Amino acid sequence: MSAAEILAVIRDELARIAPEIEFDTLDSAIDLREQADLDSMDYLNLLTALHQRLEVEIPDADAQKLATLDGAVAYIEAKRGAAAS
Amino acid sequence: MIEFRMPSLGADMEDGTLVEWLVKPGALVKRGDIIAVVETQKGAIEIEVFDTGVMERLLVEPGVTVPVGAPLALIRGEGEAPGAAPPAAPTPAPRPPPAPAPVAQPEGRLPPPPAGPHIRISPAARRFAAQRGLDLTGLQGTGPGGAIQVADVEALAKGAPAKRAGFDFSQMRAAIAAAMARSKREIPHYYLTDTIDLQAANDWVAAVNGVRPPEARLLLGALFVKATALSARAYPEFSGRFEGGAFHPGAAVHVGVAIAIRGGGLVAPAIHDTADLDLDTLMSQMRDLTGRVRAGRFRSSEIADPTITVSSLGDRGVEGLFGVIYPPQVAIVGFGRPGQRPWVADGQLAPRMLVTATLAADHRVSDGHRGALFLADIGRRLQQPEAL
Repeated sequence: MSAAEILAVIRDELARIAPEIEFDTLDSAIDLREQADLDSMDYLNLLTALHQRLEVEIPDADAQKLATLDGAVAYIEAKRGAAAS
Repeated sequence: MIEFRMPSLGADMEDGTLVEWLVKPGALVKRGDIIAVVETQKGAIEIEVFDTGVMERLLVEPGVTVPVGAPLALIRGEGEAPGAAPPAAPTPAPRPPPAPAPVAQPEGRLPPPPAGPHIRISPAARRFAAQRGLDLTGLQGTGPGGAIQVADVEALAKGAPAKRAGFDFSQMRAAIAAAMARSKREIPHYYLTDTIDLQAANDWVAAVNGVRPPEARLLLGALFVKATALSARAYPEFSGRFEGGAFHPGAAVHVGVAIAIRGGGLVAPAIHDTADLDLDTLMSQMRDLTGRVRAGRFRSSEIADPTITVSSLGDRGVEGLFGVIYPPQVAIVGFGRPGQRPWVADGQLAPRMLVTATLAADHRVSDGHRGALFLADIGRRLQQPEAL
């Protein structure tokens, strides 16, 4: 799965939680929770959706690593790559 | 014959618009079933029935606005023979006596929204329009007698700007303004604040969550709600309703959980019997409630039943908040953003996870001394998270 495909899934799931945000204007290096006004419950729901759709384990201790789009894509790529090899 | 009436969903509600019937005449209904959807200032609300029986007759058509207390339908109770009751004319019932207000408030009442003209529209078209938040005013239908059909609404939808389903933000702002103005006018608030050591609770949640998939994880917010519910049961003067010039303690603790609505506004629907739920059940109910609130769908009893409110800012936001009591409740507990701060424990200065907890309570019902004990009790319970 490419980074673009992972990003598309994130975009899709984020749209369910925060339908009014404009995904293309997000800065991929800045905390998503601040930019998209996600509260703790929203962020947990996003992680839940990514876990279920992309079948990656996201331990609670790693939750912070997915807080930016860059971080989330890198984390998921690494996890899926590790699982595939 | 039992009359199913337009419920009162808050002190500030005067009328509601029937959006949709979810049952047909002849259907069996039982206590707790959701049988209708009503549009109010707080958005579309699913209305539950409080009786068990057979739906005899629907008295109000979708699109019609009726005052609180007006009969919406007739339900034949268990054991009643069909047609036992004289046919009730589908006229609006006399408005029920308004909830007694302790002080005159001529300026506080919102003018009732103008009753919409009756629109001829098919149920499918109405649902389509409601889901997309379309305003049908002035739309000319192409169906029989000018009735609006799905095709008409679809055509309208193509040209209409998207609106979030279920919410009219100006209406919601008006509802919040009315409730909060009444609160500040009538309720003599007093405020207390305390710093609670959350290290134990935070460590416990991290340990529990560590081995769980995201869908089964807990948030500290669930612990705040549970601790508050247990303390409210022990200090009953903070959980109930002030109505008719007197305080009526709640028979059970139903914590209203303040949930922000994206785009503006908030609601604080109840988690029923909060003190009796284990943390996992409570957490899943909070998730479910948040999802439904965001989607613009919640239930009448959730709006009508809270006995105390908890407002928790989560891991963003500010250090603390001082709530405004939602009438006719008598207390609101606020939790700011938990964070690492310097703290003296066992004579040593050390970083600790702390949270600022606040209480705003009604001085007609309780005093600061009891309020302090109540707030301290919440803090004490959070030191033993495994017992929550």
